[in-house]
Amino acid sequence: MGQQVLNGVFLGSIYALFAVGYTLVFGVLDILNLAHAAVFMLSAFAALALVADAHLSIWVALPLGVVVGGLLGVILERVAFRPLRGRSDSNISGLISSLAMATVFEAIALQIFGPDVSRFPQDTFPDRTIHVAGASASLLQLCIVAISVALMAALTLLLARTRLGRRIRAVAESPKAARILGIDVDRTIAVAFFISSGLGGAAGVLFGLAFNSISPDVGRSVELKGLAVIILGGMGSVPGAVIAGFVLGLIEIFTVAHFGSSYRDAVSFAVLFVVLVARPRGLLGRAAAREA
Amino acid sequence: MDLFYAYEALIAFVGINGLLALSIYATLCCGQLSLANAGFMAVGAYTGALITLHAPHVPFALVLLASVAAPAVLAVPLGLPVLRLRGVFLAIATVGFGEVVRLAFVNWDFTNGALGLVAIPQRTHLWTIFLALAVVLFVLGRLQGSRAGFALAAIREDETAARTMGIDANSYKLAMLVAGAAIAGLAGALEAHFTFIVSPSGYGFSRVVDMLVQAVVGGVAVFFGPAIGAAFLTLLPEILREVGARLGLSPGPFRLFLDGVVLLAVILYLPNGLASLPQHLRRRRAA
Amino acid sequence: MTLALESVSRAFGGVRAVDDASFKVEAGEVHGLIGPNGAGKTTLLNLISGLLEPTGGAISLDGRRIDRLPPHRIAALGIARTYQNIRLFCALSAADNVMVGQHLRRKAPFWQALLMLPSSRRERQRARAASEAVLQRVGMSERAQSQAWMLSYGEQRRVEIARALAAEPKLLLLDEPTAGMNPPEAAAVARLVRDVAREGRAVLLIEHNVRLVMELCDRVTVLNFGKVIARGTPAEIARDPAVVTAYLGEGA
Repeated sequence: MGQQVLNGVFLGSIYALFAVGYTLVFGVLDILNLAHAAVFMLSAFAALALVADAHLSIWVALPLGVVVGGLLGVILERVAFRPLRGRSDSNISGLISSLAMATVFEAIALQIFGPDVSRFPQDTFPDRTIHVAGASASLLQLCIVAISVALMAALTLLLARTRLGRRIRAVAESPKAARILGIDVDRTIAVAFFISSGLGGAAGVLFGLAFNSISPDVGRSVELKGLAVIILGGMGSVPGAVIAGFVLGLIEIFTVAHFGSSYRDAVSFAVLFVVLVARPRGLLGRAAAREA
Repeated sequence: MDLFYAYEALIAFVGINGLLALSIYATLCCGQLSLANAGFMAVGAYTGALITLHAPHVPFALVLLASVAAPAVLAVPLGLPVLRLRGVFLAIATVGFGEVVRLAFVNWDFTNGALGLVAIPQRTHLWTIFLALAVVLFVLGRLQGSRAGFALAAIREDETAARTMGIDANSYKLAMLVAGAAIAGLAGALEAHFTFIVSPSGYGFSRVVDMLVQAVVGGVAVFFGPAIGAAFLTLLPEILREVGARLGLSPGPFRLFLDGVVLLAVILYLPNGLASLPQHLRRRRAA
Repeated sequence: MTLALESVSRAFGGVRAVDDASFKVEAGEVHGLIGPNGAGKTTLLNLISGLLEPTGGAISLDGRRIDRLPPHRIAALGIARTYQNIRLFCALSAADNVMVGQHLRRKAPFWQALLMLPSSRRERQRARAASEAVLQRVGMSERAQSQAWMLSYGEQRRVEIARALAAEPKLLLLDEPTAGMNPPEAAAVARLVRDVAREGRAVLLIEHNVRLVMELCDRVTVLNFGKVIARGTPAEIARDPAVVTAYLGEGA
């Protein structure tokens, strides 16, 4: 049982890190960024290339992967989202333009890295196992959890305590009011995207390390799970996404342990559906999910 | 004539994708983004295939009828709880539903799980597909100017105001969800009896994303827009393959890249889709 | 026809937007609903048209309770409305907006349209003709094909009234129909309201233009802080000290 909790926490930390970026953009723009998973994937490849080809240490490649993710996010915002601001159908059109960018990113990954699964080289990370309270975890898993938690804590602090965080929250609340208050809305949104995609990129690198399997379509399944996480946590709520990520990770591990792995993915969607029908705003969400 | 046979599959898919794009339009025209249609397509495909494989003497028309009815019926318990949700929440709920349906087929032994069903006799001909497409286009076309058509447009524009005009929005939205499910199921059955196989991997999230993209690129302001989008996006990769081969680029990534670029260009510069191109050009010439 | 509100209340959390309001509106009557901003007038209209449910009291039409019915059923009983913030269907033309308003008047079921029966075509023509007639009534014939978002504020208000009239309602709820209009436009609306009432319909009218209310309305109900503070003819409520205080403050 302890082992399962540990595995659940491990899986959940990655889900949470991925979802946090997703929900941040939704909170700020009211748009679902379907290219988030592609950024996740490209950042993983970037880190892989830095380690395997440039022979950099993983400790250098990881932050660089995060930066790559962040830059991709800025490009995304500029190319696919900003031109649509103010359009009446910006929800659906934003969805589709992010989809278009996701396709472009995937094509780039396919061209450079090919369709097959790539792996990190053997000596990327020290291979040690730690035993904690009757359960065992690899050093890698513990580091991943620690890094995820640290990044999410940093984000929470940034949003709550810094001026940038206040600006982001203001824009999320009401872009019009924020503009009147003198906030540079365009730049704030761009920064929010940088942060969101940077975190998504971090999740990608950590995921790549954790499962040692990176391919151009690796984002696909995580993307849908990510949806379940942000719905459960509440759209636009960062703390909600964190909690929900861990909850979903634990639910998934326990479901596999007791019901078999064929229900692994189905349980996320079942959770998603139940939440939307019973309590659409999730655990901590504020956005109105129902019609008037 | 040889050219025709070489491209028969391509033309068939223009028709099938046209139907699928129209199934998305069915809910979009009253303001609902429903992404469950890959799941409904699967239900239609499996229903048709199972009947054909286990009861081969049943006429194809009846098989298709069953393939239309099954997803339509399934759409009702989905629709009732979910239609109250707004915009993106409805979209996500329907994505979840579609995935659950697909996973159900993956895990069901009766349908051979992840391997799916094979050796389905080819009962679909090109004329079957295009007849179905014509019928669907006709029905959607007759909505224009009808009492129901105005009600749907009103719901799309402002659902609350529409209700205070006597429009029973919930019933209309549910009806269109059922209609979309029926069309998707029809397309699924037609495809299954054309490609000989039915496999859960063909009914996932990326399939319904394709449907949405084709509908939007074609334009959802008019009822025939999605069909145009489906034709364009089904034919485009083939055209690009020729171009790409000449440029020496590996076909897969290049096609994907251009798919993305074309989609982005349409959504940014031609928001009402390809169907609005004549209008757009006229306006620019006048300016 | 009689619309009766009995002790209607609507609370939002701790705030009583409408508090124990009672009044009646009869057929053929132009009934004004006035009061300072935030008095609860629009909330009352939302309660009557079914967009909100009262937290207390009852609303009845011809003796039958309507306050728990969904909006589309209330509309079917003969109540049509306009909105303070104008809720036209922006992408549709003025004529198409009015066609939507005809929803309750159109009978042809869809299968007739599918079979392309002549009865369906006739029905469509009848609906179009009726829409044109009501647009002419509000003076918007020339702009009938313009998309609603392109019309001026006053024109949009007139189209919204036309849309409501297209349903041939027994009771017409108008929420500030002359807001943003110049005097000739407002006078035209007032004439229209008089005609509508003469047809036997009832009109419940929220207005800030006090002079208009005095000239146009048969009876007036005055709200303040959600409560009815006065009821009666325009002359009666003009003399009522409670009304004067509400509008002009104490010691006026």
